[in-house]
This record gives sequence, structure tokens and C-alpha cells, in this order.
Amino acid sequence: MADFKCEIIIEGKKNARDPEGETIMRDLMIKHGYDMVHSVRSGKILRVNLTAKDAKEAEAICWKMVNELRIYNPVAHSCTIKVLTE
Amino acid sequence: MPMKVIVIQFSGSTCDRDLVYAMREIMGWEVDLVWYKEVTHKLDNYDAIFLPGGFTYGDYLRAGVIAAYTPVMQEVKTLAKEGMPVFGICNGFQILVESQLLPGALIGNDTLRFSCKWVNLRVETSRSAATKLGVKGDLWRIPIAHGEGRYFIDEKGLKELIDNDQIVWRYVNEHSEPTKESNPNGSIDNIAGICNLEGNVVGLMPHPERAAESILSPWETDHGRLYFKSIENFHREMM
Repeated sequence: MADFKCEIIIEGKKNARDPEGETIMRDLMIKHGYDMVHSVRSGKILRVNLTAKDAKEAEAICWKMVNELRIYNPVAHSCTIKVLTE
Repeated sequence: MPMKVIVIQFSGSTCDRDLVYAMREIMGWEVDLVWYKEVTHKLDNYDAIFLPGGFTYGDYLRAGVIAAYTPVMQEVKTLAKEGMPVFGICNGFQILVESQLLPGALIGNDTLRFSCKWVNLRVETSRSAATKLGVKGDLWRIPIAHGEGRYFIDEKGLKELIDNDQIVWRYVNEHSEPTKESNPNGSIDNIAGICNLEGNVVGLMPHPERAAESILSPWETDHGRLYFKSIENFHREMM
């Protein structure tokens, strides 16, 4: 068994407006000269440290957990899971 | 016989006492306010279950989601599926959605601000337990107070809500029109409240308990009372 650091990234689906991302882009980035930015989506990251036998199992545990505990609401959000380190 | 109802108090409930006051003092019901850890297996003694507003578990992760996983909500889900009337107001609505007793999601207001003001609601159906005494098109003035009240559902889900007559209230202007300006949080299709297919589970973001007597309203209206009177009527029909 080994320790793994995983990131669970929750974002709003594209068909749901993201006023936070829009404001960050419009009123901060573009206003301060970063006019090459054309899209920003805000979200939430949960950084999880867990023990598993390998990276594949670490990812599987995360998926089972996010679905069972509704860590994201699939109606409004999408979810990405990254296993960062062993 | 007055109705006998329970208000479930979670960690972070803040509108529970307002709700108890409205139902006990204005409606004359028998009301128990009970801490969420102390109610499991006694719920079927009641005529209806109420989930009050507030900020359960600090709205962490998503408003309502942690309360949705408490053991008492598993019991509420079972009873709701058997026909028990279950009502969620504001955070209670968020808990019902996160418990999957109602479809969709409630996400951050598109204004990015907490919004506390009076709104106009148009009754869309008298099919739900909370609008039995309403007529489609009635205008109710009731206040909102929320930061995460933007109702969202995908296109297919919205069509199902419309086809099944599950949209109970919409935000409208003074002329009963569901305009962008009258929508306080960016809810899809101006939706303020919905019910399940059977009509016994009803959730809404506005607070009828804060509009249940005329002294509370700038227009001296008591439209919130219609919400509770409708529930009383629904209960009588069930008996």
C-alpha cells in the first residue's frame, strides 16, 4: 500500500453560466491588460491524501466516493480526478 | 383536529423558529421542533415534515449536501416516497434537491450576491400540496434571502418539469410576467419552486413563514398564509 495525493476538480457545466469566472476575467484579468484571456471558469478543488495499492485504485476510490457522496451534482457540475503523486 | 407537524433542526438551521411561530401561532398547528439526531423512526407520527431555511453545515461543499447525508434524511426519503408530505424552504429546498427527492440543482446567484428582498411569485399549478388553494396565475408577495438560489436543470429535465406540471412558482414582475428583471438569482425559466411528480414533496427558495401575517408585509398582505392553508387543505383531502 502507498500514499497518494489526488485532486478532485469540480466545475460548473458549460450550459450553466459562471458569473464568478466571467467577473474574474472581465473585471480583473482584462482590465489589467491580460486581454488575451477569452474564457475563465471558476471551480472547486479538493486535495485528498489517501492510501491505496496503486494509482489506478486511488483514482477508482475517488470516483466511487464522489459519486456515492454527491461531491458534485451531475446536473450542474462536471468532475475531473487527477492522481498527482505516489 | 389541528395538523401535527415536525420541523427538523439541523446544525446551521436559522429559520426554524420563524417557521415554528408561523405554524403554531398563526395557523394553530401542533408543531414539534426537533434536533435532527433525535427524530429517526418517529417521523411517521406526523402529518407533515418541514425542513427550514438556514446554512446547514455552513453551506460547505454545496448548500444542503451534507444535511442530505444525515441519517434522518434517509428516513425522510423513505417516508416521502410513501406519500408523506415534505416541505423544504430555502436551505430546506436545497436539502431536498441534494437528497434527490426533487430534481435539478441550486447554485450560486448569478448576481454573485446574497439577495434579501420581497419578490413576486406566480402560482403555476394548484397540483402541489403547498398550492392547493392557489389558482394558476395568482400573485404571491413573499421575501427571499439566499446566496445560492439559482435553480438549474438541463434542457431535458426542464421539459420534464414543464410536461409533468412540476413547476409550482415562477418569479414574475408586477404584471405577472416572468422577466429577466424579476428573476432575483438567474434561475432557469424563472423557477422559484418545484414539486415531485406526486406533488407531496415541495421546495421553494422564498420564505412563506416571513409573509404569513400582514404586519410583516409592506403591502399588508399575508400570502405566505396561503402556503400553509394549502398544506392544511392537502392534509384534509388525504384523510
